[in-house]
Amino acid sequence: MEYFLDLFLGGLTRGSIYALIALGYTMVYGIIELINFAHGEIYMIGAFIALIVASVLTMYGLNMISILLIASIVAVIYAAAYGLTIEKIAYKPLRKAPRLSPLISAIGMSILLQNYVGIAQTKDFIPFPNLIPEFAFLAPYKDTIRSSEFMILITTAIVMVFLTLLIKFTKIGKAMRATAQDKQMAMLVGIDINRVISFTFVLGSSTAAIGGVLIASHIGQINFYIGFIAGIKAFTAAVLGGIGSIPGAVLGSLVLGWTESFATGYISSDYEDVFAFSLLVLILIFKPEGLLGKSTTQKV
Amino acid sequence: MLKLKNINTFYGKIQALKDVCMEISQGEIITLIGANGAGKTTTLMSISRIIPPRSGDITFMDKSINEMSPDKIVSCGIIQVPEGRRIFPILTVSENLDMGAFLRKDKSGIKKDLEYIFDLFPILAQRRHQPGGNLSGGEQQMLAISRALMARPKLLLLDEPSLGLAPLVVKRIFETIIKINTEHKTTIFLVEQNANLALKTAHRGYVMENGAITLSDTADNLLNNEAVKSAYLGI
Repeated sequence: MEYFLDLFLGGLTRGSIYALIALGYTMVYGIIELINFAHGEIYMIGAFIALIVASVLTMYGLNMISILLIASIVAVIYAAAYGLTIEKIAYKPLRKAPRLSPLISAIGMSILLQNYVGIAQTKDFIPFPNLIPEFAFLAPYKDTIRSSEFMILITTAIVMVFLTLLIKFTKIGKAMRATAQDKQMAMLVGIDINRVISFTFVLGSSTAAIGGVLIASHIGQINFYIGFIAGIKAFTAAVLGGIGSIPGAVLGSLVLGWTESFATGYISSDYEDVFAFSLLVLILIFKPEGLLGKSTTQKV
Repeated sequence: MLKLKNINTFYGKIQALKDVCMEISQGEIITLIGANGAGKTTTLMSISRIIPPRSGDITFMDKSINEMSPDKIVSCGIIQVPEGRRIFPILTVSENLDMGAFLRKDKSGIKKDLEYIFDLFPILAQRRHQPGGNLSGGEQQMLAISRALMARPKLLLLDEPSLGLAPLVVKRIFETIIKINTEHKTTIFLVEQNANLALKTAHRGYVMENGAITLSDTADNLLNNEAVKSAYLGI
């Protein structure tokens, strides 16, 4: 039972990180029907920025909580700027082009960013300091849940609630939904859809950067390639849950996290990806729109 | 109020509008009639700059709107109800109405207009929490017009408001159009295939053929014009 609980929590943590990244994929897809393959790179860049900031701040001898906070904020700002810039230079000029063009542009962006970081920093793994402090109240349960896992779960939950409220109740949230449903009509009610699209990229990039900082802290090392792997997994999770659907992205991520965790725990870690992607294939065969994908009826 | 001068609009290489000139004065109901594919919708989309014209000048209240983006056009007070109503299907009725007031910041004014609309179309008040996609065609048309009214239009562009609706609903919609014009002094530009109905509603009319304006006169004269009668009124 304890082993099961371990795997369950491990899957939940993993799924949470996937969810933080998958949200960016799904929101961007929801708005402009583009698979932003460079999104995983944003997560990686978030982790790198946090590492740089944390290293500098450690030299000044700040305490851990402030380092974590400042590093996260700087990472989020940088990631948002990257997301915004990528959209401006790689996708916006291609908005009226055939759908394959922005997709290829996205893959190009992904390769470019990976190699840029690989060359500018290093291609080897670099250790990442554990920025997440040990919580005293978790000490009795430290065999079951680590502080970093706890932090990941709490942060993800907060981000999810924040995003849900933002999209449901704020003006920009409603504008995002309107733009996703009918761009031309959105323009006709006075929505500047370029701003909405930019905002979506900022939002997605920010959550990905938070995911990057947390997972790097949790695992303890990063390299320029982590974004690619995590990006593919998060993308799988988004498709699993129904791309374009925000609750779907979260559900898909958790299902994927658990599948991997249980497959690793009960069978073999070699089969982790086999199970993850078999699940994807099965879902796509039997429910092509994904777990929570939308099938709306529209009267004419 | 609105002046179109030598508007030429293209879809790729195909010219959809040829030197279109029009003038709409404050407080008028103007109609543009013509066959399918004559360029009526394109005219409205050119004014809203969803499909920007390649050449020509459009001025609104003596101000050029040639370089504006669609959202700036809306902020000038030119509001379009496009063909097919285009309700946001997953947004609720009241969210759809909120979207109409997207550029407004006067909360009390918005609230007052909302009450006015629920008074005008009580069915929308009943259904305010339902997704827009669940409404019937007639209700969607009411919602589409209401959404436009939430923007406090100075000039309301209506594209085929009668399309696909039952005769009784059409009557209701057109009564509302006249009411909006008389009560709020809102200028209305009505594009219609139902020429008879449109000319009976409007003060003046334009006839469009193959992307060019071929006739313009008062609505009464057009109703009695032999060419219009045989081509559009089926008499």
